[in-house]
Amino acid sequence: MIGAGDTLLRLDGVYTDIGRYRILHGVDLAVRRGRVTMLLGRNGAGKTTTLRTIMGLWRARRGDIVFDGQAITAMQTPRIARLGIAYVPENMGIFGRLTVRENLFLATAPRGFAQQDLDRVLESFPALKLKWDCAAGSLSGGQKQMLAIGRAIVEQRRLLLVDEPTKGLSPAMVDQLAAALLQLKSEQTSILLVEQNFQVAEAVGDDVAVIDEGRIIHTGDMAMLAADEALQHRLLGLSMATAL
Amino acid sequence: MSENWRDRLQRCAPYALAPLVILAALPAIGPGPWATLTLAGLTMGVMLFLVASGLTLIFGLMDVLNFAHAAFVTVGAYVAVSVLRPLAGWTAAQSLTLNLIALLVALIAAAAASGALGFVFERLIIRQVYGAPLRQILITIGGLTVIEQLVIVIWGPQAIPLPRPASLRGSVFFGSSSIETYRLVALCVGLSVAVAMQLFLTRTRLGLVVRAGVENREMIQALGYNIRRVFVGVFMAGTALAGMGGMMWGQYQAVVGSQIGDSMTILVFIILIIGGLGSVSGCFIGAILVGLTSNYVDFLAPKLALGSNVLLMALILLWQPRGLLPISEQ
Repeated sequence: MIGAGDTLLRLDGVYTDIGRYRILHGVDLAVRRGRVTMLLGRNGAGKTTTLRTIMGLWRARRGDIVFDGQAITAMQTPRIARLGIAYVPENMGIFGRLTVRENLFLATAPRGFAQQDLDRVLESFPALKLKWDCAAGSLSGGQKQMLAIGRAIVEQRRLLLVDEPTKGLSPAMVDQLAAALLQLKSEQTSILLVEQNFQVAEAVGDDVAVIDEGRIIHTGDMAMLAADEALQHRLLGLSMATAL
Repeated sequence: MSENWRDRLQRCAPYALAPLVILAALPAIGPGPWATLTLAGLTMGVMLFLVASGLTLIFGLMDVLNFAHAAFVTVGAYVAVSVLRPLAGWTAAQSLTLNLIALLVALIAAAAASGALGFVFERLIIRQVYGAPLRQILITIGGLTVIEQLVIVIWGPQAIPLPRPASLRGSVFFGSSSIETYRLVALCVGLSVAVAMQLFLTRTRLGLVVRAGVENREMIQALGYNIRRVFVGVFMAGTALAGMGGMMWGQYQAVVGSQIGDSMTILVFIILIIGGLGSVSGCFIGAILVGLTSNYVDFLAPKLALGSNVLLMALILLWQPRGLLPISEQ
C-alpha cells in the first residue's frame, strides 16, 4: 500500500488527445518520494505522451494530475517546471548553438550556478567540464545526454521526468549514464524514468508501471517484474533475459 | 581528418563572405570609388540589419512572419520628423554636440514610439493568430495597410524633407575618396546597436533565453521560462529597432514618405532568407552583403542593380539552401 504522504505525483484517469487521436485512455499512476519509478511499455504505448502531459506540453483532456498535493493539470509548462519538475525529453532538448556552460546556466535559479550543485554535475559527467565552452551541438550523442541530465540536476529538483536516456548510446556510454542514475537514486531523488533498456531498468528502478495502449496495465516492484519472466512476457511481449 | 577540415571551412565560410566581396570589388572598381562605395554599402548594411534583426528574431522565436514590420519603420521615420521639427535650432547649429544630441533624441523617440506600437500590435493582432501562418500573413498585411493609412492621415500624403544636421552634411576626404559624414555617423550608430544587441544576446540570461527559445521553444518553457512574456519583449524590441532603422534610413535619404518602410521590405526579406530564418548572426552577414552588393553593382552595372540582390540570394541558396547560418532544430 502506498500512503498518501509517500506519493509525490499522482495521475488519476488522465486522457490525452493528439490531434484527432486519443493516446492516453485514463492513465492512473503514482510516483513515490525518493523512489525511481520505471514506466515501461511497447513502442507507441503512451510513455512519452504521459511524460509530456505531466509537463503540460500536451494538455490532459480529462483526469487529474496532482504534484505534492497541488493540482497541475491545467497549469502552464513554465509554472510546472518552477514547482521543481525537470524534464529530459527523448531528443534531449539540447540547445545546439549554445555552449555547454550556457545550456547548464539556463537551468539555474536567477542567482546563477550554486558551486556545490555544479560540482556534483561535473563529477558525475567529467566530459562536460572538458567541453565547457564548446557548442552543445558539437557534442557526441552520449555527451549530449549527459548534458541533458546534468541540466536537469544542476539545481535541486523535486522530481525528474526522464525519457529513454540510453536510446542509441554505445554500451560504454550506457554504463556511464546508468551509474549517474544510480547515483541519483542513492541521493533519494524522485524519478519517473522511461527506459527500453531492461538492464538499466532493473538496476535503477524501485517501482514499475507498465503502460499499454494508453492504459496502465500493471504496477508493482521492479524487482518482482525482473524476477518473473512469465509476467514480462505477458506485459511486454518479451522477457528481460532475451532483451539483454 | 580531411572531413573535419571541410566541416570547419564550411562553418567559417559565411563569415568570410563579406570580406571576400569587399576584396574582390577592389580591382574591378579602383581604390578611390571603392572606399566610398564600401563605406556606403556597410552603412546601408547596418541600417538594414537594424530593421531585419527584429523580424528574424520574431520569426525564429514564435514562427510569426510579420508582414507589418515595414509599418514600424515608417512610424519611426515620421516620429523622427516630428521630433526634429522643434529641434530645428539644434540641427541647424554648427555644433556637432547639439547635432548629435538632436539625432539621439530623435532616435530614442523613434524607437520608443515604434516599440510601444509594437506592444499594442502584438496584444491586439499577433496574439490572435499564433500557430496560424495563413491568418498571420493576411492579418499582418492588413495591419500594414491600416498603419500606413493612419500615417498618411496624421502626417499627410506628401513626402516630408528630413534634412541632415548641419555638421553631418559634408564629406570627409581620405586621399582620393570622399565619404559622407552622415554615413560615418550612421555606420557608428548602427554598429554600436549591433554590438549592444550581440552583447545582450550572449552575455545576459534574457539574451540566452531568446537564443535558446529560437532553437527550441518547448524546452525553454520546460526549464521554467514563460516564452510568451519573452516574445512580447522581443516583439517590442524588434519593432523598436525597426523604428530606429526607419529614422536613420529617413535621414540617409533626407526625405520621408509613407512608403519608406515598404521600400525596405524586399531587401529585408532577402536578408532574412540569405542569413537563415531566425539567425541574428546570419542576418548581420546577409545585411552587410546586401548593402555591399547594392552599392557595387549600382556602380559597375546600373542596369543590373534592381536584380542584383535577388541574384545574390539565388546564388547563396544554391550553395546553402537553408541560408548561411540556419537555426538547426526548426
